[in-house]
Amino acid sequence: MAKIRVLVVDDEVEFVSALAERLNLRGFETQTATSGEEALAIVKTYPPDVVLLDVLMPGMSGMEVLKRIKTKHPQIQVILLTGRGSWDGIQGIREGAYDCLMKPIKIEELVQIMMEAVASNQQAVKGGG
Amino acid sequence: MFRWLRKKLKEFFSTLREFPDYAESPERYKLLRRNIVVLMLVVTILPLTLMGLINHYLYRQAMHDEIVRPLKILVNKTKHSFELFLAERLSTVSFIASSYTCSELADNNNLSRIFSVMKKEFIGVVDLGFLDPNGVQVSYDGPYKLRGKNYKDHDWYKETRVRGAYVSDVFLGYRKLPHIVMAVERSVPGVCLGCVLRATIDTNRFMELIASMRLEPDSDAFLLNKKGVFQTPSKFYGQVLETFPMPLPPLSYEPNVVETEDPNGREILLTYAYFESLPFILMVIKPRGLVMQAWYTLKTEAFFIFVAGVLLIFLVVFKLTDKLVKHLEESDLRREAAYREIQESSKLASIGRLAAGVAHEINNPLAIINEKAGLIKDLTQFSPDFPQKDKLLSLTGTILQSVDRCRTITQRLLGFARRMEVTVESLNLNEVIEEVLSFVEKEALHRNIELHLSLAQDLPRIASDRGQLQQVFLNIINNAFEAVEDGGRVTITSFEVDDDTVAVSIQDNGQGMTQEVMNHIFEPFFTTKRGKGTGLGLSITYGIVKKLGGDIKVASKLGEGTTFTVFLPKKAQARKGE
Repeated sequence: MAKIRVLVVDDEVEFVSALAERLNLRGFETQTATSGEEALAIVKTYPPDVVLLDVLMPGMSGMEVLKRIKTKHPQIQVILLTGRGSWDGIQGIREGAYDCLMKPIKIEELVQIMMEAVASNQQAVKGGG
Repeated sequence: MFRWLRKKLKEFFSTLREFPDYAESPERYKLLRRNIVVLMLVVTILPLTLMGLINHYLYRQAMHDEIVRPLKILVNKTKHSFELFLAERLSTVSFIASSYTCSELADNNNLSRIFSVMKKEFIGVVDLGFLDPNGVQVSYDGPYKLRGKNYKDHDWYKETRVRGAYVSDVFLGYRKLPHIVMAVERSVPGVCLGCVLRATIDTNRFMELIASMRLEPDSDAFLLNKKGVFQTPSKFYGQVLETFPMPLPPLSYEPNVVETEDPNGREILLTYAYFESLPFILMVIKPRGLVMQAWYTLKTEAFFIFVAGVLLIFLVVFKLTDKLVKHLEESDLRREAAYREIQESSKLASIGRLAAGVAHEINNPLAIINEKAGLIKDLTQFSPDFPQKDKLLSLTGTILQSVDRCRTITQRLLGFARRMEVTVESLNLNEVIEEVLSFVEKEALHRNIELHLSLAQDLPRIASDRGQLQQVFLNIINNAFEAVEDGGRVTITSFEVDDDTVAVSIQDNGQGMTQEVMNHIFEPFFTTKRGKGTGLGLSITYGIVKKLGGDIKVASKLGEGTTFTVFLPKKAQARKGE
């Protein structure tokens, strides 16, 4: 089974690098982006299975990035990360995000949700095909 | 005494005027209600009573005059009839005495002739006699044998000799029958001196005059002499020549009325008039009840109308005041609640913004710490054993635990910050309760309060607002903690009520409360923690639960404890406009 490709997007470089490394250690293939624009470029060239997306970023906001990803690549699962609470989450889920997690996140929880997200996507693909 | 009364009255009225702002809300409306009721009753019933009393006295006066006047007229008329009757006969006797000479009158045949004419013209004349200056009746005609009788020592004879003409009262005399005498002295100087002509009048005639008054059966009328001796028989008080059993009324030649009681205990109206030149008193006695019956009937009717009026006023005043004060109370409450809501929401809005900002700012660095520490832990874990590996693992573990604690705090902050708007999410009520308990666990431990949880494990998830529910349960649990003594017990139970509702009950074994307190606990600003509480906690709680479409029920017994039960719909429907 191919490695699950994860794109981690957050304006905090330290956060992104540490999280990406931790996911690598857990067998994920990771890419990182520190802005919305960068993230969209990566999605375009090398689409991931899951995007971990910070909601509040300078420049293009997480919500905007989510909308663009979902219009062009609806199969990509987006999990929102927020420091502000569940209001972002509700709005994001309405826009097509798989879930919304509150920072700081527990790595085990994150991994479990990503697995669920990918599994549900594969089921949908199977069901659709 | 008078001054004291005035002071008291003044005090009372000044308490009526002021609206008691200082009083607590239930007391305040009670006072207001009392004041309005008392004032309204005073201004309505006082004039009514005054009017009633004035009318009563005026009517009584009028009725009295109405009753008394005819009585007086009757007595006056009858008195005149008596006077006329006696005056007529006296003047006839006087006329005879002066028309005839002494020798003519002393002749029995002459006297008989005169008497027969007189008897024809004047009824009631019994006999006629002529007395010589020695008082010997020298001539006489009538039914008795009285010729030759000497009247020298009789009172009436002496009186006649003194006054010239005299009408006696009733006496028995030689004939031993009640009669009156009228006598006239005939003195012609040089011819005869001190002769007396006398006639006797039958008292039956008096009774006819009295009968002509046509009185009711229980009324009485009679003639007395001025010593109070009956001249005509009375129905109730005695026979002729007996004594009237009551003190004589004061002298009055005009008819007069006195209200008194007779020896039989009857209340009577006694109408009487003294005769001026005759030795008589005419009396008419009527029982007062009979006379005043019309008045009593009127009085009773007026009294009933008065009582009915007063009752009606009472009813209207009480109902109206009740409605008015209730209305006022409700609108006051509404206004207060609205005011408070605005105040509360603006306060909370700023707290909310602050909390959200702080939480967010802290969460980001916290996330970095979390990931870095996590990475250290991961790297350590995935690398082969080296000295101090376990220590490093335990150190990073501690960092991660601390981060987790911070996360709980910021999440809670955000949760309470969001209390402003209802955000519905699917949640497990048991979790919410456990979250709230994390706030109070320390206090429970400290005060040795036994926290007993009885949460239904299969409780269905409900759609509601987490933050708002946290606030609700925190408020109620805080109240429970305040109600119990140290070492008390608080039991929290969650259960499914029916297909649409779940409930959480919070029971304490604290001091409990009275029905009176229970009636007001959800009212804004109602507090039993004098000086400590704002009186808002339960009011806000109630408001939130209502907003989430639920309800709160309270059961309490003084000394046994209180149970709050919060009912929540499984699908919250946030009510708009609240």
